[in-house]
Amino acid sequence: MTKKIRVLLAKPGLDGHDRGIKVIASAFRDAGMEVIYTGLRQTPPMIVEAAIQEDVDAVGISILSGAHMTLFPAILDEMKKRGADDILLFGGGIIPDEDKDELEKMGVAKIFTPGAPTEDAIEFLRKAVTERKRDEKLM
Amino acid sequence: MATVLDRFMEGDVRALSRVVSVVENRTDGYREILAKLYEKSGQSLRIGITGPPGAGKSTLVNSLARQFVADGKRVGIVAVDPTSPFTGGALLGDRVRMEELPTDGTVYFRSMATRGASGGLAAATDNVCIVYDAFGFDITLIETVGVGQVELDIIDTCDSVVVVLVPESGDAVQTMKAGLIEIADLFCINKSDRPGAERIAAELKHSLEVRHRSDDTWTTPIVPTEALNNKNVDRLYESILAHFEYAKSSGVLQKHRREQIRRKVRSIMRTRFQRELDARFLSELNLDEIIDDICDGKSNPFDVGDRLYDKFCRG
Repeated sequence: MTKKIRVLLAKPGLDGHDRGIKVIASAFRDAGMEVIYTGLRQTPPMIVEAAIQEDVDAVGISILSGAHMTLFPAILDEMKKRGADDILLFGGGIIPDEDKDELEKMGVAKIFTPGAPTEDAIEFLRKAVTERKRDEKLM
Repeated sequence: MATVLDRFMEGDVRALSRVVSVVENRTDGYREILAKLYEKSGQSLRIGITGPPGAGKSTLVNSLARQFVADGKRVGIVAVDPTSPFTGGALLGDRVRMEELPTDGTVYFRSMATRGASGGLAAATDNVCIVYDAFGFDITLIETVGVGQVELDIIDTCDSVVVVLVPESGDAVQTMKAGLIEIADLFCINKSDRPGAERIAAELKHSLEVRHRSDDTWTTPIVPTEALNNKNVDRLYESILAHFEYAKSSGVLQKHRREQIRRKVRSIMRTRFQRELDARFLSELNLDEIIDDICDGKSNPFDVGDRLYDKFCRG
């Protein structure tokens, strides 16, 4: 059996528009992934804590509020602080191209903008997770 | 470099998460790890929460967890949701109700997909409970899938089983009576501000009066709650503790855990045989020709089954 992809999907901040993230959640589920959905109004520490507890391969964030330049870096910082920066961070939302480039430079693996087909996100995640190597000894 | 197990023993939450994944995925070495952790287990009290979907199980788990934390306990939670039999995917949504849990390490929450198991838990849930126990959680809360069928796996895993119903479950109780009545150590009528709460409690009480459980003098309480408003959950909490005290002092706990070990050993054997069968035999078997023969009336599934069984046994 190939390893199941586990992905956490979260909406940070006060943005309540969750239709997009629910579409993505269903698409990932139908692609055979295990999707952990946290719901709305998550803080960066809550998101990173959940990602650690759930031992996910990737965290997907949906932001439509315009606060992406604050929230993505906050999550990246929290990941580093908790030693969880090997977990892939990606996201989507209404994000201008120049911000997208900057976020991807900062360490967000990929930003999807309106109109991106769900297949692209699935393909991206499969590839990125397969390439992710874990350097650990069990016992 | 410190191994995952070393870091686990030091209380590193990331290592705990890795071990849970290793156990869940049956990664090479998982049995050795479990054997090691088993020595350190046996301390945690395991509470199972089951009942139909939408009854409020997750919300109750959240409230109970917070009460245990307020009492100075460390709590591990496993919440199980179904895997799609068609795509293998799963949407694990129990965290949505867990928003207010502390993030200081006193509570650990893990979502699990059933991955093909049908008894209300995932195949690895019981092993994950052993991992929690060894990590030092005083309390393990286990939330079943809640798809409405009789979810009996939970008695093989838990010390106390709470069956959550709602006033509207009236008809469901009729159909599920057999299994539910037998496995419940406590009943919780959630959303009890809705009409019908008293009627369902009365019906349950009647069913419980005629229930027979061997060597068990425990009177199963029926606790009305409103989990969303955190109403009366403290009474449920007290009842769970009372049940645990009863089980400990009466010897029921010890006896029950002994039975669980018996079933565990059997289940380990069954799983190994099945995996062996799948890996060494069924995956290499080309059934198409055989099916053609059956379709053409030259053979039948029963003779084929016998023949294949003999072939597998020979080796």
